[in-house]
Amino acid sequence: MKVLVPVKRVIDYNVKPRVKSDETGVDLANVKMSMNPFCEIAVEEAVRLKEKGVVTEVVAVSIGPAQAQETLRTALAMGADRAILVQTDADLEPLAVAKVLKAVIDEESPNLVVMGKQAIDGDNNATGQMLSALLGWPQASFASKLEVSGDKATVTREVDGGLQTIEAPLPVIVTADLRLNEPRYASLPNIMKAKKKPLDTKDIASYGVDTAPRLKVVKVAEPPKRGGGIKVETAADLVAKLKNEAGVL
Amino acid sequence: MAVLVIADQTGGALSDNTHKTVSAAKAIGGDIDILVTGKDCKSAAEAAAKIEGVRKVLLAQSDDLGHGLAEAVEAVVTPLMGGYDAVLTPATSQGKNFSPRIAAKLDVSHISDIVEVVDASTFVRPIYAGNALETVQSSEAKKVITVRPTAFKAAGEGGSATIEDIGAGDGAGATKFVTEEIVKSERPELTGAKIVVSGGRAMGSAEEFQRVIEPLADKLGAAVGASRAAVDAGYAPNDYQVGQTGKVVAPELYIAIGISGAIQHLAGMKDSKIIVAINKDGDAPIFQVADYGLVADYKAAVPELMSALG
Repeated sequence: MKVLVPVKRVIDYNVKPRVKSDETGVDLANVKMSMNPFCEIAVEEAVRLKEKGVVTEVVAVSIGPAQAQETLRTALAMGADRAILVQTDADLEPLAVAKVLKAVIDEESPNLVVMGKQAIDGDNNATGQMLSALLGWPQASFASKLEVSGDKATVTREVDGGLQTIEAPLPVIVTADLRLNEPRYASLPNIMKAKKKPLDTKDIASYGVDTAPRLKVVKVAEPPKRGGGIKVETAADLVAKLKNEAGVL
Repeated sequence: MAVLVIADQTGGALSDNTHKTVSAAKAIGGDIDILVTGKDCKSAAEAAAKIEGVRKVLLAQSDDLGHGLAEAVEAVVTPLMGGYDAVLTPATSQGKNFSPRIAAKLDVSHISDIVEVVDASTFVRPIYAGNALETVQSSEAKKVITVRPTAFKAAGEGGSATIEDIGAGDGAGATKFVTEEIVKSERPELTGAKIVVSGGRAMGSAEEFQRVIEPLADKLGAAVGASRAAVDAGYAPNDYQVGQTGKVVAPELYIAIGISGAIQHLAGMKDSKIIVAINKDGDAPIFQVADYGLVADYKAAVPELMSALG
């Protein structure tokens, strides 16, 4: 059984993003980049399925610039077997990403796709759902638990109000939520080994998919800043301020 | 121009998120219809029909829709889209689950989590955990959008739209519902509450979280929230998480207790009207967004707060 894990290179989650002064986007020059945290969770889950003997091959895929090779090497160091970079310098919208992934899936024929529920740059939370709709495969989003047995996946999902469990025959699209697992740190020997694992680079044009942007970004602005607050000395002061000054109690 | 709003309802009770999404639809303009999906949810359709400015309410019911299965909801909505220029869904877990599917089926982009309608084709949405606001313009024939409910005022009541039963659609296909564990609570719903009391990792255990946070919330008639760290550690259920990838809240009063204020937490609460932070670390980032900060150990501060509230 083969599992495909799409991964995205994004701004490191510890870095505070700064909006460019010309309001054309977020400044990513000389900023630390890492694998999207939700993608890390997805890779971890796929590798655990391999360690349990449920799957035999974990293939990581990234769609992005040449530097996304680093992200794929991270996935390989975590335990993925091989990687595919679909190279493009364009910033693709979720629909385009889903279409390219569909083309990769048509070639690779995985039994399962595990991917992050959202990327922390665009915060769209859309690609997995779109991919499921394009492929006509069952969708199990926001997963906090995944069990694969035989030709069936049972997925517990984080929903409004609690948890929901669904099941579906493979192939299935699973999107990972925070509580699915805690991703491992790649060990130094595994980082060294990952350098020798296969990483294919493909030109995005070779898939013949329309990836032109559908949305025009008019501007990217700083959100309004909150005015400076004050410190109070005691809980009684706090209650007085909330009642008399803020009027919220 | 016609806009379809997908209602948010649970067990036949219509959520206020629907009214707020109707306001976003009004900003786009044109006729507004509401689609209510679920099971045994006619009462939600009746409530939706009373929202001011609504032309018609469509009702689709089945077991699969009752469980909110994404494939089933999308299978109802997509065939209706011949008659609409836009479809707006509240950006709840449920809405986020099915809305992008509709966009993919229509071969249009998905516009996620809008906080402002500039005009009928231009929208503002937070990116990078709310550290930037992106204004996007769509020239596509159909707009498929999720709406951040806290960014819009609820539409009023006084309408008397007709209700039309449209059947159940094609169902969820191979995806089957197995079970659910829904937390039952007497407290207000987190995203719609006027006051939210949230606890963080400083609580140290689930017992301590319940002992400290819940009585204060109940005294204030507040909903209970939690930081990701507290949820990850198992101190609070996943449903309590406020943040970039959890729930986004904007109450009149947000009280953060023992929460340091990571970027991803601030993304979920920084639009609250008044923010109170109680933390023993005076340098915690939460104080940078707090209107009122109390540098104190919660173990002393919360009992004092309880007695000061009377």
